[in-house]
Amino acid sequence: MSNGAAPAFSQKTFTQQLKKYYAFYTGGFISFVILLAIAEQMGLPNRWIGYCFLFATILLYAGIGVMSRTADVAEYYVAGRRVPALFNGMATGADWMSAASFIAMAGGLYLQGYDGLAFIMGWTGGYCLVALFLAPYLRKFGQFTIPDFLGARYGGHIPRMVGMCAAILCSFTYVVAQIYGVGVITTRFTGVQFEVGVFLGLAGILVCSFLGGMRAVTWTQVAQYIILILAYMIPLVMLGMRHTGIPVPHVAYGYTLEKITKKEQELAKDPKELEVRGIFKKRANDADAKVKGLPASYGTEKAVVEKNLADLRATNAEPGKLKLAEDALKAFPPSPEAAKKKWEADKAAATARTGPPRPHATPFPGASEKARDIARKNFLALVFCLMVGTAALPHILMRYYTTPSVREARVSVTWSLFFIFLLYFSAPVLAVLVKYEMYHFVVGTAFADLPRWVANWHAVDRSLLNIVDINGDGIVQLAEIAIGGDIVVLATPEIARLPYVISGLVAAGGLAAALSTADGLLLTIANALSHDLYYKLINPQASTKTRLTVAKMLLLVVAVLAASVAAQKPADILFLVSAAFSLAAAGFFPALTLGIFWKRANKWGATLGMLAGVGVTFYYMCITQPWLRSVFGVKGTIAENTWWDISPISAGLFGVPLGFIVIIVVSLLTKAPEKEVQELVDHVRYPVLEGDLDTRGI
Amino acid sequence: MQLSQKHIDYWRKNLVITAILVLIWFFVTFVIGYYAIDLKDVTFLGFPIAFYMGAQGSLIIYVLIIWFYASYMNKLDLEYGVHEGEDQ
Repeated sequence: MSNGAAPAFSQKTFTQQLKKYYAFYTGGFISFVILLAIAEQMGLPNRWIGYCFLFATILLYAGIGVMSRTADVAEYYVAGRRVPALFNGMATGADWMSAASFIAMAGGLYLQGYDGLAFIMGWTGGYCLVALFLAPYLRKFGQFTIPDFLGARYGGHIPRMVGMCAAILCSFTYVVAQIYGVGVITTRFTGVQFEVGVFLGLAGILVCSFLGGMRAVTWTQVAQYIILILAYMIPLVMLGMRHTGIPVPHVAYGYTLEKITKKEQELAKDPKELEVRGIFKKRANDADAKVKGLPASYGTEKAVVEKNLADLRATNAEPGKLKLAEDALKAFPPSPEAAKKKWEADKAAATARTGPPRPHATPFPGASEKARDIARKNFLALVFCLMVGTAALPHILMRYYTTPSVREARVSVTWSLFFIFLLYFSAPVLAVLVKYEMYHFVVGTAFADLPRWVANWHAVDRSLLNIVDINGDGIVQLAEIAIGGDIVVLATPEIARLPYVISGLVAAGGLAAALSTADGLLLTIANALSHDLYYKLINPQASTKTRLTVAKMLLLVVAVLAASVAAQKPADILFLVSAAFSLAAAGFFPALTLGIFWKRANKWGATLGMLAGVGVTFYYMCITQPWLRSVFGVKGTIAENTWWDISPISAGLFGVPLGFIVIIVVSLLTKAPEKEVQELVDHVRYPVLEGDLDTRGI
Repeated sequence: MQLSQKHIDYWRKNLVITAILVLIWFFVTFVIGYYAIDLKDVTFLGFPIAFYMGAQGSLIIYVLIIWFYASYMNKLDLEYGVHEGEDQ
């Protein structure tokens, strides 16, 4: 046993005990759901079911968090390095799958069809790189953080600091998005204000990690994984039973997809559909004419709205119509500039609905050969960035420090991907089943006989589902439906006609997904600051107690900071998340892999390589992403600035190769690393070497 | 610390298996992805094959790649005497 604090019993007994505890826990959770279902039948209102799920699960996580409190450094930073492969796999799964994976991904697939599969492949295939290039070696090295490895391998504080900054940069943008997701879920299912939801969620996050660091986060993440996978699978299996007749819709939904494809072809040339699309085309043209007519059109348009209201008042029209006209005048843009913005948005919104349905199963649909080629290029580039980014995000890599051995680390990556795979290969199924439901039971139905779930969601949130009878024929056309992607997961329980308790379960699953990811990220940031900055740089003499106190204080500060940013509802939050992947890919991947596989890589190569990789990635985003362009006042059009037609989300496509090239060239031009560094490389390459170095750093 | 020939062989075998598995990963992801348009008429279980690969096939292969690597390397450790002791 080489751990800091040797447990009194062997690893094997420990694993068996864990299995028993978590089996018991899973049984307990299922009983809880069944009890609530009975209570629902007896008349417990929906809002209370939402509260029960929210508070029961947060209380549960808090309980695990308190039980796992620790004052030991190795326990706090790496859970004592005795997390068995299976459980580390579950914890990694929860750490990895965020609110976006749980709620938004199936919706993205619904809207984008084949092209959305970039996320499915990218966010799973990256684990091959983790397994083959990083996890076993980092485990052998075995300190506390990823900058630790950079510091030891490349020598000196500069690579460590660059690594620390990159880790904080990508983790912080990501954690803001998670806390935002927590706020959205809490708000939706309990009806509290968004800001209150954010801070409620923050409390949920802190109770998990504050007292026990990585140890507490690990054991809550395992618990959260179990909840989130149950919450994803139960509604899917039920819906799958309805459509395919078997509880594993995964093997049979190809035939459902065939039916959708056939329906798409019918709908593409259906006369009623064409009529609705024609109306949108006309609206787009009208908006375009108004924009082109500015500034004169501002006055004339305003006059039309005012005259309409005056006419209605003069004729004593009914109050409903009067109210509409008054609202229209109130909503009229206050200035020609605002009008331009609004009308351009109107035009874009209408234009988006003038086309035939997007073929779900066809890769890269496009009007021309060139458009298809650009779509394909961007698809592959995005897959590349997501994969390499996966293999470079510090909060994931850190999890492989916690296994008992190199051997377990390897097995643990297998379990990680297996547990992630369960959700990721289900998301495309869900998208197809919901689409089938939409195309066959909503489209073509009279507005009076819509399925109940449609009416419910239509009443709850128009941004998720909005159906308006555009051509006034009383029948729903596909082109009349506007949906937000999140509805796919959120409405599945109702589509499958399950009781509300399952909707509550889905909310609990989404919350578990967001909380677990936020926990892992916050810990990464706080550890980078407390371990790499405070302990390694500022005060290497600090006692264990001081180190842990500083770590916990920093965790609190970072958490509150992230929650305050999230409460501002920052724009372009989705872009920031994707940006984190490209930045992590360009910053870490080349320096980490070359550090293990190429002994000649040295300090200056790594430092400059990381800076160049992140630099060019960020630069490309700045010149091509609309929001960043406005922040930095970039000149020239987006089309002029793109390189090879790559969209900003995949900027890592340029950063990663540049990072490799710079490390190699600069390393060859400067002095080879010291002998000790070369020995360190041998040390990480072999699970056991005679006269092994001790790099545990406790 | 001097590496023996045995150690060097172990590392070489590791590099070979890593390279083979990376090639499979690359083929499944990027080569099939690139030719997705041309594969649109081939179907499997009702799926167009490109869609199937993106939604399920490649994921299954990724899990198998990692599983194979773990079991291969764990055996190799034993064979070359670089394995960790029980309970380490």
